[in-house]
Amino acid sequence: MLRFIISRLLQAIPVIFIVITATFFLVRAAPGGPFDAEKVVLPEVKRALEAQYKLDLPLHEQYFAYLSDLAQGELGPSFKYPGRSVNEILFSGLPVTAELGFYALLIALVIGVTAGVFASLKPNTRQDYIPMGLAMIGICMPSFLLGPLLVLVFGIYLEWLPISGWGSIPGDKILPSITLGAAYAAYVARLSRAGMLEILSQDYIRTARAKGLPEWLVVGKHALRGGLIPVVAFLGPAFAGLLAGSFVVETIFQIPGLGRFYVQAAFNRDYTMILGTTVFLSSLIVLFNLVSDVAAAWLNPRLRSQLSGGSQ
Amino acid sequence: MTTLQSSEPVDLLENAEEGASLWRDAWQRLRKNRMAVGGGITLLLFIMMALLTPWLAPYSYEAQNLDLGASPPSAAHWLGTDVFGRDVLTQVMYGGRVSLAVGFIATAVALLIGVTWGAVAGYVGGRVDAVMMRIVDILYALPFMIFIVLLMVVFGRNVLLLFLAIGAVEWLTMARIMRSQVQSLRQQEFVEAAISLGLSPGAIIRRHVIPNALGPIIVYTTLTIPSVMLLEAFLSFLGLGIQPPQTSWGLLISYGAETMEEYPWLLIFPGLALTTTLFSLNFLGDGLRDALDVRGSKD
Repeated sequence: MLRFIISRLLQAIPVIFIVITATFFLVRAAPGGPFDAEKVVLPEVKRALEAQYKLDLPLHEQYFAYLSDLAQGELGPSFKYPGRSVNEILFSGLPVTAELGFYALLIALVIGVTAGVFASLKPNTRQDYIPMGLAMIGICMPSFLLGPLLVLVFGIYLEWLPISGWGSIPGDKILPSITLGAAYAAYVARLSRAGMLEILSQDYIRTARAKGLPEWLVVGKHALRGGLIPVVAFLGPAFAGLLAGSFVVETIFQIPGLGRFYVQAAFNRDYTMILGTTVFLSSLIVLFNLVSDVAAAWLNPRLRSQLSGGSQ
Repeated sequence: MTTLQSSEPVDLLENAEEGASLWRDAWQRLRKNRMAVGGGITLLLFIMMALLTPWLAPYSYEAQNLDLGASPPSAAHWLGTDVFGRDVLTQVMYGGRVSLAVGFIATAVALLIGVTWGAVAGYVGGRVDAVMMRIVDILYALPFMIFIVLLMVVFGRNVLLLFLAIGAVEWLTMARIMRSQVQSLRQQEFVEAAISLGLSPGAIIRRHVIPNALGPIIVYTTLTIPSVMLLEAFLSFLGLGIQPPQTSWGLLISYGAETMEEYPWLLIFPGLALTTTLFSLNFLGDGLRDALDVRGSKD
């Protein structure tokens, strides 16, 4: 197991390195310098600014300077908001996005697993078709459509819930969390249904039933563990998706989180901010993929014994 | 879809009678799946509409009527008009052309790269395979959604780049599927026979490997198109995808969301068009998967 974790870690390091390098050179390759937009900048002012942001150095020196800053956890100053560092901006947005993502994931798991398991117990009956039909709607209804529709119905027509903000009015966290979580609830439902169906047809489940175990124990104790492995493995990619989804949801609901900052940085061509956020988010995603892979491997007894055997 | 499933593979398989009946069986199974057939028909209608838009659209794409402004659905404008008095039906039709084109072209890019990559890796095997698949593994771990946003920012927002960027993301799974297919096919006796008869690798891949690996590829292609279309709509919604004067469903939804309080039809109709298409593609893809029995279990 330890070897598996270490080998996956060793795989993650080059990925993060590639991300940093690719992002750095992509951003530098962008046409137009970051100070070209402000038209009336005196040449000497521009030069001073460029010196401050190390843009006057040759490209490879800029790159190594950036790497050494990064190694110290320093993402550099923001081009657009002088005086604020990328670190500051990131860490002001991180708690908000983390909370939003947490609620969304919670909704996805609770609703998704319940619906999926429920459907798998009586496949090809109404108990299966209704939740799976809803799951299909969830998959085909993108968050940027679901969000506005929810706002329209619950915020504007019914006036039940606030339509924007985060943590200022009671209840304003409900709509964004549902908007972000819905599609993942749908995926989780489909995955857990498929996983459960596969496990429920195994011999050991038949044995458990044959020895007279009550159905809720068969499902709850024996089937769930194996049936939910695909869901655990899905959490890594889901995390990446949730982050990307937060771009849209935070824009719709005007939430001051990482996603909104990223989109704004993209529009403002705030290069250090884009660079810093990309590196930060990518590392998070790679890390989360790692955790979810390890967790899925750990839950899978066949894989686990194989891994402890050192065959990896 | 008829051509894709029955006649084309039969042509490719030439004399292989068993192959032909396999496809016929799949076609029979697919026809019984009402959701999949419904999805296929809806999709065909949308594609026809997109192809014939310049002739079918009730108004011209640029036509404005500033005096009229935004109006709800009426006899003259079935889906209403936007704030510039432009006909929403016309907008949705032209937007659909772009959305569907992105979906199909980017998927074609992914298909081409992925199938080639996977076929070569799986067929050559050994160290080449290890290196090629390791590259796929590394690319898999990259957070591509963020990278596409980055690409669109750095190189400006043009449609061609969008095709390439999305296609470049989606080929990875295709490559994996193709590789595992090729690997299992390689061990089959008829391929060994072909090798011993002295057929060139290229000919073997063309004649034996690709036709036999077609099932999973078709299924995965059908399921890739909706995810590509979603990605395009997602980027356009953020203002990083399709740019005016062109339009797409994602862009129309984004405009609609801004004014939904006063003019909800501007949000609802483009949204309906997008979700209906995604529904059709997903149902068709699921149906094809069951019909071609790509993975034993159904999910």
